[in-house]
Amino acid sequence: MSSEVLVTPYQQLRRDTLGRDRGLREKVMSLAEAAQLVRDGEHVAIGGCTLSRTPMAMIWAMIRAKKKRLTVSRSITSTEGDLLLASGVAEHVITSWFSQGIVWGISKVMRHYVENKLACFEEWSHMSIGLRYRAGAMGIPFMPSRSMLGSDVGKRVGGKIKRMSCPYTGDELALLPALNPDLALIHVQRCDAFGNAQLDGLQFMDIDIAMAAKRVILTTERIISNEQIRRMPDATRIPFFAVEAVVEVPLGCAPHECYGVYEPFFSALDDYAARLGPDAVAGCRQYLQEYHYAPNSWPDYLSKIGMAEMLDACRRGRSVHND
Amino acid sequence: MTEEKSGSPSYSAAELLAVMAGRLLKDGQVVFAGVGVPLLAATLAQRLQAPHLTILFEGGTIGPFIVPGELPPSTNEQRCTRRANMLLPITDVLLLLQRGYVDVGFMGGAQIDKYGNLNSSFIGDADNPKIRLPGSGGGNDISSLTDMIVAMKHEKRRFVEKVDFITSPGWIAGGTTRAETGLPQGGMWRVVTDLGIMGFDAESREMQVLGLNPGVSRDQVQENTGFKLAFAARIENLEPPRPVELEVLRELDPARLYTA
Repeated sequence: MSSEVLVTPYQQLRRDTLGRDRGLREKVMSLAEAAQLVRDGEHVAIGGCTLSRTPMAMIWAMIRAKKKRLTVSRSITSTEGDLLLASGVAEHVITSWFSQGIVWGISKVMRHYVENKLACFEEWSHMSIGLRYRAGAMGIPFMPSRSMLGSDVGKRVGGKIKRMSCPYTGDELALLPALNPDLALIHVQRCDAFGNAQLDGLQFMDIDIAMAAKRVILTTERIISNEQIRRMPDATRIPFFAVEAVVEVPLGCAPHECYGVYEPFFSALDDYAARLGPDAVAGCRQYLQEYHYAPNSWPDYLSKIGMAEMLDACRRGRSVHND
Repeated sequence: MTEEKSGSPSYSAAELLAVMAGRLLKDGQVVFAGVGVPLLAATLAQRLQAPHLTILFEGGTIGPFIVPGELPPSTNEQRCTRRANMLLPITDVLLLLQRGYVDVGFMGGAQIDKYGNLNSSFIGDADNPKIRLPGSGGGNDISSLTDMIVAMKHEKRRFVEKVDFITSPGWIAGGTTRAETGLPQGGMWRVVTDLGIMGFDAESREMQVLGLNPGVSRDQVQENTGFKLAFAARIENLEPPRPVELEVLRELDPARLYTA
């Protein structure tokens, strides 16, 4: 459960981990089943970054399951942040940057929720969020850092950062509190039915998130055999025992990108931005209605985006393998 | 086309920014670049005077070559990884700044003050903001840990006496205050705008004009600045963009994604 405690006490962290089923067992399920593993009020860390490897299908399923009062954290938050706020799923976003992307301007949905105090946008520097997850993954209560000193970003998170003089050198350091999310949502190119995950391209903060979290839901472009995994274990980045659920969802990041499989669906993203015209929140809710609530399956959602857009994104995505 | 009658090429403000900023980068340097003009300027430098320039992107990329016409929408997509030497997790590429491998950080700015502090978080009071801006991204880390170049439009509302909120620290309150707040390394080095190039006094750490862009007067720079600007003893008249610089830029960004 998401608690008021900033850093999970170590004995509790160890107990929670020992209490998990860490056996080599199959854990394949549907999106709807995986959404039932998300509990209202939890801290959910979201893998990927900006428009890349966003676990959009899982977010789609959480929105449809009408989850409530989530705190979400992510390195950089894009359109999925708008959707989580406008759907009422999340009320607190911990991130370093929040908007669709520089070419689409400032998120008007984020502005509405934050400026009217309907939601909290808790800003940390990019590296600080990463080091908080890393401390969580390492099982230590904080990570020292030379960033987040001097700026108002550090001051604004207030008591969540302590300072110390290094006992060896006397250097002034910021101590970033460990972050152990209740749940991590991570999308990968491939994994096996046990949750051994291999990912291509940029890793972002996903490995630290997976190892810091108390539970992990993996969505994957495809499920491969455990034999395949064992032929290239050096490519495995997340071990099966950290993973609670595996869901096979082709095009599971659409309209965002999945390295080497598809690039961002640019026309769909332009269309989304255009919908947030004069009344951004109404536009976003209309989008949610059409894309998240109305379609009855992920293939229906993809059909709504359209075949031409999908093929174009896939052609561009696979082009990294052409050179 | 963009040719003027005189035969000298015309250019957009963003193109001017990219050219002027790109010239500041030297061969062999390691530059941590943000998306937009910084990415373009670094790539331009790589194609011209700095073929051995290494670009880092906060998405986790070491030493890529951007494919012309395929500019990434942020520094976190696969377009940032083309012909890269190495892909790292985000945290580890940012830690290269802390470890000291980076010569210069390079990003855009929304609001800057006379001590080179940048704000990309709040317009107005942070508790009751007029506008909640997107936030730091890697900006806070980059400007905390290395020397900085910032490229931005020169407007009075962007160049203010004191920023509403220090997202990315420059020289804080001038003098030695940056080091005293716990940041002994790095600091704002150059501010490149459509009007000229600014640096910071070595003692007071106040912004001062070092060079003027073609056709720009001292008065014009002061009029577009919300605080009293200092001028260096010798002001350089900066050379206008050369045809080859504009040619490469337009090859990189034919759709004018970042140079409109």
